[in-house]
Amino acid sequence: MSHDVEARTRSKHEYEYARKRANQGMRNQVTVFAIMIFLTFIAFAAVQAGMSAYLVAPLILLFAAVQVALQLYYFMHWSEKGHGMAQFFMYSAAFIAFTMILAFVTIIWW
Amino acid sequence: MDLNKKFTPQSWPAHPENSTLEGKNKTLGFWIFLGGETVLFATLFATFLALKNKGPAGMEFSTQSLFELPLAFIMTMLLLTSSLTSVYAMYHMKNYNFKAMQAWLIVTVLLGLGFLGLEIYEFYHYVHLGFTFTQSAFGSSFYTLVGTHGLHVIIGLAWFILLMLRNSKRGLNLYNAPKYYLASLYWHFIDVVWVFIFTVVYLMGVLG
Repeated sequence: MSHDVEARTRSKHEYEYARKRANQGMRNQVTVFAIMIFLTFIAFAAVQAGMSAYLVAPLILLFAAVQVALQLYYFMHWSEKGHGMAQFFMYSAAFIAFTMILAFVTIIWW
Repeated sequence: MDLNKKFTPQSWPAHPENSTLEGKNKTLGFWIFLGGETVLFATLFATFLALKNKGPAGMEFSTQSLFELPLAFIMTMLLLTSSLTSVYAMYHMKNYNFKAMQAWLIVTVLLGLGFLGLEIYEFYHYVHLGFTFTQSAFGSSFYTLVGTHGLHVIIGLAWFILLMLRNSKRGLNLYNAPKYYLASLYWHFIDVVWVFIFTVVYLMGVLG
């Protein structure tokens, strides 16, 4: 079986444009990384500061959710085209994960 | 199509990981696997949340007495940074720059080894205090959750190292590009799990 490989030599302009886009993309990735570091720092600082757990716990869980979303959409490329199936599998898994954790936490909670 | 065909940066496809049928199938299959991994870690998180701080009457160990945030913070920074360095590696992979890709992967592996070393130190320290796997339900659920993540780190490191050694003289082609891409996805997934571990286990553990 011979498989089609979508490989053709790009024109010089196409290539330069692609490189420019890639550089821009990489700069965005570094920005995303800076945001993640910032969120991590705030989360640790909030816990260390000794504020009320009822305030800090939802805050750090929100930060974790944001960080994971950034990781998935940027570092793992979901924001690019063609990641519909990846999102379908992971959102299904997240739904099962959420249900399971909810069940465990509410059944065994004494 | 010869998979060992040599390319130039200009003829290298924009998405080398998805340019062959094999690459497409691997990516799809790998996301199914990551979905399964998500559910695996969910079971371990659920067990930990249900059993944390539970054990024999008068148990002296608790999340608040055991965990030290500075260590967890350093481990988080190491793993988060290693996630960025593997993004750099994939950036160079897509630019058909094999040497730069390998170099960034070496940095990634070193950061991962640093993380692993600190985790081993942490476990060693706890066991030294008497907090072992069999000491309590808390101990079992803690070591199973964090240990399974640590096992994933070991597998991810071994995967990167084997790929780098195996392809060191071969260079990039459409056969190994998807392999590098998936190893890097796996490494990001390890960081995703760690984000929940440092939040749910360490930070919320210290909060009480």
